[in-house]
Amino acid sequence: MFHSAVVALAMLGLQITRLELDDLKGLAVQVLEEAKRQGATSAEVDISVDSGLSVTARLGDVETLEHHKDQGVAVTVYLDTRKGSSSTSDLRAASLKETVCAACRIARYTAEDPCAGLPDAELMARDWPDLDLDHPWALDAEQAIDIAIECEAAARGLDKRITNSDGATVSRLRGTSVYANSHGFIGAYRATRHSLSCALIGQQNGHMQRDYWYSVARDNTLLDSPAMVGRIAAERTVRRLGARRLGTCQAPVIFEAGVARSLLGHFIGAISGGALYRKASFLMNHAGRPVFPSFVHIHEQPHIKGAMGSAPFDDEGVATKARDLVADGVLQGYVLSSYSARRLGLQSTGNAGGVHNLIIDPGEHDLGGLLKSMDTGLLVTELIGHGVNTVTGDYSRGAAGFWVKGGEIQYPVEEITIAGNLRDMFRHIQAVGNDVDKRGNIRSGSILIERMTVAGE
Amino acid sequence: MTAIDIARQHILEPSGLGEDELGNVLSTLLGSAIDSGDLYFQLSRHEGWSLEDGTVKGASYNIERGVGVRAMSGDKTGFAYSDDIVLPALMDASIAARAIARGTSSSQLAAWGGRPGHALYLPDSPLESLSEQAKVELLQQVDAEARRQDPRITQVMVSLSGLHEVVLVASSDGTLAADVRPLVRLNVAVIAEANGRREQGSAGGGGRTGYQLFFEEGLALRYAREAARQALLNLEAVDAPAGYMTVVLGPGWPGVLLHEAIGHGLEGDFNRKGTSAFSGRMGERVANPGVTVVDDGTLAGRRGSLNIDDEGTPTQCTILIEDGILTGYMQDKLNARLMKTKSTGNGRRESYAHLPMPRMTNTYMLAGEYDPQEIIASVDKGFYAVNFGGGQVDITSGKFVFSASEAYLIEKGRITRPVKGATLVGNGPDVLTRVSMVGNDLKLDEGVGTCGKDGQSVPVGVGQPTLKVGGLTVGGTGS
Repeated sequence: MFHSAVVALAMLGLQITRLELDDLKGLAVQVLEEAKRQGATSAEVDISVDSGLSVTARLGDVETLEHHKDQGVAVTVYLDTRKGSSSTSDLRAASLKETVCAACRIARYTAEDPCAGLPDAELMARDWPDLDLDHPWALDAEQAIDIAIECEAAARGLDKRITNSDGATVSRLRGTSVYANSHGFIGAYRATRHSLSCALIGQQNGHMQRDYWYSVARDNTLLDSPAMVGRIAAERTVRRLGARRLGTCQAPVIFEAGVARSLLGHFIGAISGGALYRKASFLMNHAGRPVFPSFVHIHEQPHIKGAMGSAPFDDEGVATKARDLVADGVLQGYVLSSYSARRLGLQSTGNAGGVHNLIIDPGEHDLGGLLKSMDTGLLVTELIGHGVNTVTGDYSRGAAGFWVKGGEIQYPVEEITIAGNLRDMFRHIQAVGNDVDKRGNIRSGSILIERMTVAGE
Repeated sequence: MTAIDIARQHILEPSGLGEDELGNVLSTLLGSAIDSGDLYFQLSRHEGWSLEDGTVKGASYNIERGVGVRAMSGDKTGFAYSDDIVLPALMDASIAARAIARGTSSSQLAAWGGRPGHALYLPDSPLESLSEQAKVELLQQVDAEARRQDPRITQVMVSLSGLHEVVLVASSDGTLAADVRPLVRLNVAVIAEANGRREQGSAGGGGRTGYQLFFEEGLALRYAREAARQALLNLEAVDAPAGYMTVVLGPGWPGVLLHEAIGHGLEGDFNRKGTSAFSGRMGERVANPGVTVVDDGTLAGRRGSLNIDDEGTPTQCTILIEDGILTGYMQDKLNARLMKTKSTGNGRRESYAHLPMPRMTNTYMLAGEYDPQEIIASVDKGFYAVNFGGGQVDITSGKFVFSASEAYLIEKGRITRPVKGATLVGNGPDVLTRVSMVGNDLKLDEGVGTCGKDGQSVPVGVGQPTLKVGGLTVGGTGS
């Protein structure tokens, strides 16, 4: 009996190369059946199959051509409230059997945990809209090479101070993901992700600077043109040439939209269930309390058609839904999976695996308007390092950008740090720009913070 | 059994492959204007155990298996991979990879050979080096040891992971080499709480061996005490200073300075392309006399060590900076060929699904002559950092950061108050010219480092003696 199940898995394994959705769903169901047969009281399985192509051209000729084809099966079994997980990239029957077996074996050694288990059945997504995420791009290697060469050429021709290049990269990717659990839930969808990027080196007086730009979309027809990506990359590289250091001071700081996103990422980290139930967050017990100034509104919109962060259900099959996280500056709730929710005596918010399209509402000014409103201070365009402590909110990172005086950019700056505490930084946001960067899962305009410590010479 | 026998038994034979088939695939790959090509087979098993609230809440197990096929033509690379190790998939991948080149000339497949690798670790699987029950008990002992330190320790999280990896490289240059690589890691993170203030501390380590490492001289329990000590210390810490000042770096893991400031900038690919702040500076003085920095992949059992790199080249000890003079880059085969030099055994990749590139192994500075106490005593006012989180570097501008997690003020030659963590920022090409004293206390890190480059992570090591740096910018908030 057990043996015949393995044979069935092997037959499915052969069909997977055709990427049929129904085959993957069938495989998911069989993995769950195998888990049950091996003694699991409940189980969940995640299958993903991705394929794509990426091409990099450098100095006018192709440099790398990479064909991507990744697949994985991850299974979690529960023996009552004991939990074991296992995964493999190898979809052959013997390996899948070993994977389920390994999950069951190790689960026997874990402790009982009343909070462990599948999400409550009534929270599972029941039906969902087509989110318009799947736009296969019939792009072959020759075409991809041509686009990459065009992008880099546009950039290199713009300014003679562009002396070298890290190349332009074109990539297309299509993925299928299936999630199923022993509540009888099975959800599957396909999504594409296409991108075009360019990284350049500029040189002036013997000093080099590197910068880049990229465009990313579900639908390749919505990508910015190669010429535009190249032009912005070139402008961003050239404007960094001649960078100086700054004296150590206190100053207002604008985070340009592309890096402002990271501030919201730290906010999400601090209101995530895992940090909260471990008492490892500076925003513990802050629901219902003001965290931002009253003009700040932050919400999650998981069902925006074609958006990079859209998803019909979370990593546990729980329905995702639009909701406010911050209204009038006040924290409305947390970011919870079913496990962290149970630990906190709350209900899952459909955020196993993270948030989906987090948006901070833009204000009325563009970046130029924010610069005027700041008058004198620092515009940060790049952050490096990991100096963020979610337990305390302490923040200290390396930065590069521009010194601003009288509302105008004066000169590029580098080799400085900016430091503060996220609690104060959030509370002292003075404005959010309308220059929203929509390329990622977090959408933000540039953010002006009243005061931080800038360390330099 | 040798590594190559183990690789044959676990990777090739179950797929019905032998040296003849590998030769045929490589011949297909070399068909059209391809200079060279290689196949990288990998089979890895990984497990992870985690404890919180005093009990083991979860465990995971992962099997990965696949083959990467690379074709090179001049400075062009074509790459494809498959998680199905069968001849038709290998042929398909070869045809996809060789599409990088157009032309009629062809290279010859060399006879199998290659230099033997080192024997820096045993091929045994760490996953089987301890019973499941004993793994659980180890985690529980670490938890109890951390909690026992002080009632202010309110949270303890412990994780244990083990990896057993078999790799086989077959290259058109005749290299046929295999390696069987164990890797273990244990980490303890704690939170201490007092008077409404919470702080964290963490410690850990590991290497290329079995789990028995953690029982030697009570190592796992020492990590527990160290994590607790750091968290309790941070409860007392005041704001770190801000500005340019003298910095003393402790021995061991603070060597992440070398990894960021020097190491990445000396990787062959950036220098071939002229995109590194160190490009074209070979033979120049980049550090004070007395400063020697090496990258050494041949240290027994270390996290960053390898018997052979991921292109089948035995690892070596490469002198990067000798007595202050820049002497060497780290190379893989592609960049070495294009720069007309030899691979230094630094060709590494995250997995079969990633392309190899020049990467560090264990990067450290050799010991100098000063007593660490003498170094501290020489500083009137400064910042003493003994433990760090991670770092990052902008290769092209040379600017780098690394973030201190345990630091103190030095006032009139004495260590005074603990200060909060802060990010330090500097300029790679000149930071070592400001190293004015090198301690006699060289130490390597505990085996915790993971380096990221172009989205690929590989385990690495760092080390250094106590160092006095005449000036670095400290990114605190205090005065």
